[in-house]
Amino acid sequence: MTEPRKARVATASLAGCFGCHMAILDMDEHLIDLMQRVEIHRSPLTDIKSFRHRCDIGIIEGGCCNEENVHVLRDFRRNCDVLIALGQCAIMGGLPAMRNAVMHSDAPLRECLEEAYITGRDIRNVTHNIPNDPALPLLLDKVYPCSEVVEIDVQIPGCAPTGDVIFNALSKLLDGKFDGFERESIRFD
Amino acid sequence: MSTGKNAADEGLEPAASNQVQIEQICAAFDNDHGRMLDILRAVQDAQRVISQDAILRIAELTGLKPIEVEGVASFYAFLSLTPRGRVTIRLCDDIVDRFAGLAEVQAAFETVLGIKTGETSADGAFSLECTPCIGLCDQAPAAMVNDIVLTSLTPESARLFAARLKDGTRPEDLISDRFDDLTPIERARRMVDNNIRHAGCVLLGDVPQDAGLRAAAAATPAQIIESIERSGLRGCGGAGFATGQKWRFASTAGGHRRFVICNADEGEPGTFKDRVLLTERPRLTIEGMTIAARAVGAREGILYLRGEYVYLRELLEDVLADRRVRGLLGSNILGVDGFDFDVRLQIGAGAYICGAEGALISSCEGLPGEPKTRPPFPTTHGYLGCPTVVNNVETFCHAARIMDGGAKWFFDMGIAGSHGTKLFSVSGDCLNPGVYEWPYGMSIRDMLVAVGGEDAAAVLVGGPSGAMIARDMFHRKLTFDDLSTGGAIVIFSGDRNVLEIVEYYMSFFVHESCGYCTPCRVGNVFLQKAVAKFRAGKANPADIDYMRDLSQTIVETSRCGLGMTSPNPILSTLDNFPLVYSAMVKAPEDRLRATFDIQSAISDARHLAKRRSYIFDKDFGA
Amino acid sequence: MSGLRFEIDGVEIAARDGQTIMEAADAAGVYIPRLCDHEGLRHQGGCRVCTVKCNGRSVAACTEPAPPDAVVENETPHINKMRRDLVEMLFHEGNHLCPICEASGNCELQAMAYRLDMTDPTRFPYLEPCRPVDASHPDIALDTNRCISCGRCIRASQDIDGKGIFGYVGRGIHRHVAVNGPDLAHTDATIDDVAVSADVCPVGCIIRKRVGFSRPIGERDSDHGLIGSNAKAKADD
Repeated sequence: MTEPRKARVATASLAGCFGCHMAILDMDEHLIDLMQRVEIHRSPLTDIKSFRHRCDIGIIEGGCCNEENVHVLRDFRRNCDVLIALGQCAIMGGLPAMRNAVMHSDAPLRECLEEAYITGRDIRNVTHNIPNDPALPLLLDKVYPCSEVVEIDVQIPGCAPTGDVIFNALSKLLDGKFDGFERESIRFD
Repeated sequence: MSTGKNAADEGLEPAASNQVQIEQICAAFDNDHGRMLDILRAVQDAQRVISQDAILRIAELTGLKPIEVEGVASFYAFLSLTPRGRVTIRLCDDIVDRFAGLAEVQAAFETVLGIKTGETSADGAFSLECTPCIGLCDQAPAAMVNDIVLTSLTPESARLFAARLKDGTRPEDLISDRFDDLTPIERARRMVDNNIRHAGCVLLGDVPQDAGLRAAAAATPAQIIESIERSGLRGCGGAGFATGQKWRFASTAGGHRRFVICNADEGEPGTFKDRVLLTERPRLTIEGMTIAARAVGAREGILYLRGEYVYLRELLEDVLADRRVRGLLGSNILGVDGFDFDVRLQIGAGAYICGAEGALISSCEGLPGEPKTRPPFPTTHGYLGCPTVVNNVETFCHAARIMDGGAKWFFDMGIAGSHGTKLFSVSGDCLNPGVYEWPYGMSIRDMLVAVGGEDAAAVLVGGPSGAMIARDMFHRKLTFDDLSTGGAIVIFSGDRNVLEIVEYYMSFFVHESCGYCTPCRVGNVFLQKAVAKFRAGKANPADIDYMRDLSQTIVETSRCGLGMTSPNPILSTLDNFPLVYSAMVKAPEDRLRATFDIQSAISDARHLAKRRSYIFDKDFGA
Repeated sequence: MSGLRFEIDGVEIAARDGQTIMEAADAAGVYIPRLCDHEGLRHQGGCRVCTVKCNGRSVAACTEPAPPDAVVENETPHINKMRRDLVEMLFHEGNHLCPICEASGNCELQAMAYRLDMTDPTRFPYLEPCRPVDASHPDIALDTNRCISCGRCIRASQDIDGKGIFGYVGRGIHRHVAVNGPDLAHTDATIDDVAVSADVCPVGCIIRKRVGFSRPIGERDSDHGLIGSNAKAKADD
């Protein structure tokens, strides 16, 4: 008898700090258990940059702050059976969404960029320019939680979630038994 | 209030004269913070704004904190913390008005006055606003211009009115060039056609003057309550509580001071029957209040008139004055020793929630119109904490007629559980909009024939907080136990977009929620956005369950009737017009959100960066 | 002795006349979730998180008089689902960024979300309101983005401090807590007011300057179990 196929998992970091990916690695020896059951396909961890196979699980860190984030997120939705929003940025925008506070001005994006690169109190930008290399993806008008761009199946809260929370959630998902979290383990920070 | 002129005559600086004016206004209400709504209304009328200076001075004079005064001033739609025009035009933007051509009328006002809706002209002469149902659906589109009303507007008449206002014509002179010579009833009738289409024998037929009151004066309070109980009379405002029982509760409650309040805050969109009663049967209304006062032992009464009906103020004040002169109000009414009762008018200021009795009492007390915690109920802890009976205008009129005609006479009309007659305000797509007095028990189908609305595809019974029903339910009957209504019947033909109607009514509830409790304040905003998704064709199948589910939370956790019924436009149309929703849902492609629009999301950045998108502008580089 | 009995989720509760359901439940060590209610303050019944079913009818436990012989349902899946909706509404009504909030870990809104298991992907839109931060006062700052309109500060200032520094203004979705003056510095607020004490504001709206983030992770309220898990111990005190 052949061994059952390992579950394929893809991951991506959108508008996040990569902290949630660090948290995945933070599950320490559980990583070994996990790797018995999954293979990592498209992911910054493998440096595979596009889907060559459909994946069972997609894990998204970060929300959407630019067009590339949207493109990647949609690609994940199309290629993954179960899509997980990992961490507060993916779930509700997180720290990047702080810029949404200026979205009520007349020119929110311009104001935000000017403050970040030109007028901000502690800015030392000798060029006095806002970066605009053609390779830079266009920014969105505001930062969107993943669930506003695609349907999300599971959320793992935390900033970042602990390795244990991630391991437990993934294990239960792989067992087909995921039914939420131990309430005592839930954290939004 | 003419107090403004006195201050100006004294040659004071405007700021100083404003302050004097405020002092005079507050003094006129004994610097009583319980009369805050009257004070703020008067300041708004005189100064067209409740300024920060005014708030500070009013607070000082009435012994409140400025934040408390601001809390009241910011609650009511007709009070404003920013300056409004000397002439403020409020277009009624109820769905019935929209279907009757509001947009063209609105455009005419905007063009001639040179301002957009929501703006005030630079010279401070005009403000143009929209306001929810002003109780004139039978002659839509309608508008308030300061304290007068314009009805059956057309683009042509709107242009003419606007031009005359711009030329300096007083709003009153739009009604008649001899407006000042007209009596209050003549003025009211000039402005508003009451469209009585069917007069029943209780309210709109011949009514002998004060016969009910005379009978009540000869009876003991216990006998009055017994008569009302035996008549089967139930509240006509919508809730349908047994009137006799309410009076009995209040009559047995402790305390010496009791109140009778008439709820003339007829705010349910599509309802206008109290407007007709207050114009055509104002004496009967006060007579009923007086009878209730005798029954429960109240010496003080309040008639709470919605701000939209301010054009009836003079008429009602005249009636009250006349009754005082004739010994029908005041001390020893009809010569009965100790039968003392008088009524003051309380004018509202644009808040639907004040139609809920607890909120109405708060408003009478000079507070924001927030419902009170129940229990205790008003019959034991009402106005100023005293036992209080709050009844609808029509209920008081019925009570007066029952005292004259007898409980059995009334009980024998209608059908079991729903006795007597009822006034129905009929509007929308029918030949004969207006007020109809019928015994309870008529079917929707018979009603539609009677009003010339046989083409109806949908009938809204009881206003947005009631139910929207479809053709397959037109056999149902207008009774408390089947289709219960405070009187609103709005008819929609097959040409109308049900989702547009539902979205309008949800925006109405969002506008009118008091904000006290979470589910009504926030949940209704979510519901409105959900309906908008359907209208935009961006809803997915799961959104139907989502709306039901969210509605259930709002219904089950809201603090008062507004929140408990606010999802009804959605719930009743999901039940009765399911195809309207299912026709608009689309399973999302690849499970992407149809509501997320990448093109609009990157539009700003495209302009700022002066380049197009490598990813989403498909022909880029071609 | 006057008194009455009723049951909550099968547990018999003794109540004194005049007590509310919540008061009687607290005295018996039965926890009913709440946000706008706070010990020592007048009941408001605004957040509705304490909704229970009393003989099948929804009521706010904080304001509803204890009902003789009634059957009260508290922690049923249906009621907790509605409570979760309410808490989620509050999260979406304001701007609640837990990761950057100094109240995180000591926040009743967040704690209620944990207790009610608010972890499913949201179906509610974020309203993302534009709200100001008032840092005018030397010792106290107000970040109204995090305000949930519970009004606890209003009642504490009126009834305990006798100052009336806070009040509600506006209507509907625009109703919010405001200060009695152009900003907080121009009110009578002082750092000793009960109204600005850490206990009264359930979230991170009223902030005491220079003491933020002083409790390390592991020692914060949420690190000692779910909110309400000490109800029995509190009642026994």
